[in-house]
Amino acid sequence: MSADGKALIEVKHLGKSFGSIQVLKDINVDIHEGDVVFVVGPSGSGKSTFLRCLNRLEEPTEGNIFFEGVDIVDKKTDIDRHRQKMGMVFQQFNLFPHMTILKNLTIAPMKLQGKSRQEAEATALELLDRVGLKDRADAYPSQLSGGQKQRIAIVRALCMKPEVMLFDEPTSALDPEMVGEVLNVMRELAKEKMTMVVVTHEMGFAREIATRVMFMDGGNFIEEAPPEEFFTNPKNERLKAFLGKVL
Amino acid sequence: MWGNFSEQFYLNFIQDDRWKYFVNGLKVTLIITLFAVLLGVVIGLIVGVIRSTYEKTHKLKILNFLCSIYLTVIRGTPVVVQLMIIYYIIFANARNKIPIAILAFGINSGAYVAEIFRSGIMSIDQGQLEAGRSLGFNYRQTMWYIVMPQAFKNVLPALCNEFIALLKETSVSGYIALQDLTKAGDIVRSRTFSPFMPLMAVAAIYLVCVVILTQGVKILERRLRQSER
Repeated sequence: MSADGKALIEVKHLGKSFGSIQVLKDINVDIHEGDVVFVVGPSGSGKSTFLRCLNRLEEPTEGNIFFEGVDIVDKKTDIDRHRQKMGMVFQQFNLFPHMTILKNLTIAPMKLQGKSRQEAEATALELLDRVGLKDRADAYPSQLSGGQKQRIAIVRALCMKPEVMLFDEPTSALDPEMVGEVLNVMRELAKEKMTMVVVTHEMGFAREIATRVMFMDGGNFIEEAPPEEFFTNPKNERLKAFLGKVL
Repeated sequence: MWGNFSEQFYLNFIQDDRWKYFVNGLKVTLIITLFAVLLGVVIGLIVGVIRSTYEKTHKLKILNFLCSIYLTVIRGTPVVVQLMIIYYIIFANARNKIPIAILAFGINSGAYVAEIFRSGIMSIDQGQLEAGRSLGFNYRQTMWYIVMPQAFKNVLPALCNEFIALLKETSVSGYIALQDLTKAGDIVRSRTFSPFMPLMAVAAIYLVCVVILTQGVKILERRLRQSER
């Protein structure tokens, strides 16, 4: 674990149960500014649940999560304010189908951050340009391909100028030939030192851009290491078995 | 029958200015329908949002309970009976009958509209709500900016059916001696002792209204469907 400075996100004894089924057990993780954390593991291991707990889309049933020093699990915390600083990208894109791309990108900055239309649109168009979709600003989501939708979804989160980006299997719903364009955008983000937490099955990509890779199984992280070590010299038996199957 | 068509026409519409019954009746029918629709949409929106919020978040338990009582009672009794209860019991001293009818039909329609809105809201993918919340919108803002516009588009055909049904349901207004379109035809029939023309005229006027309404909604639907080109 890199120990430079204070953690952006501190997860302490996080637990989550759905009824009698415990999905997450006593998770402790620090995520620092500039970290690109990849969470991998078999399906059903709790990866997505962990990620969704970080911005409380899932309510944790135990433990605390400190984001910029504030416990966001605390019911008294204004979670909506903190979510503005935590961008999230979903497997199913979840663009707003009744709005143009530009409206998708500007509605939150305008309504939540009090930005003027000009300001919000300027930011949106600049970011759109960087993902190569400036010419689609007036299109509706249904007119875009999956890869384009996911790039827009990333831009939508970026328009809020978040401190951290959470990716929940961003390429799992894409046709294979569209995975690359989305990974390129994420690669750029990593280069710019955006703090990222990524749940994915793209092992090659994890190896390429992660600063840390964490292996989750049975509701907890059982191994974490820098990518080279993680993939070439796994220690845990379950991780070895997992990597044997997916690599 | 066709031989004395013009004679009948004269008797039922021209003589004693009987066409005025139809015009005034239509006016009453349209006024009641229009305002009952507005009232019904307001009630339906509130009740529908309360019920779907309860289903999604398990909040608003008491309000949800009150709403289900309202739905059960309104949908479990005939609208004519509701109309008469409101007129003869609740507002027993009322003079002006049109507001009474608007109230009765509005409250009645609200129950059906509520279920339409609820199903519309529930039909929107949970991912939309999550995407809105993840950007920092609170529940209410997410509903207002993201879920409701999509839900409204989905339920438009069902809403249109409800309005058409309501337009025709107002034909029981005669039960509280309101001279709506149906009652107008009935009055003319009782004066001229010839049922054919007045009743056919009443039916034709309803039909034209419904066709116009249907066309209007079609245009609106097409406009809302822009995002699915």
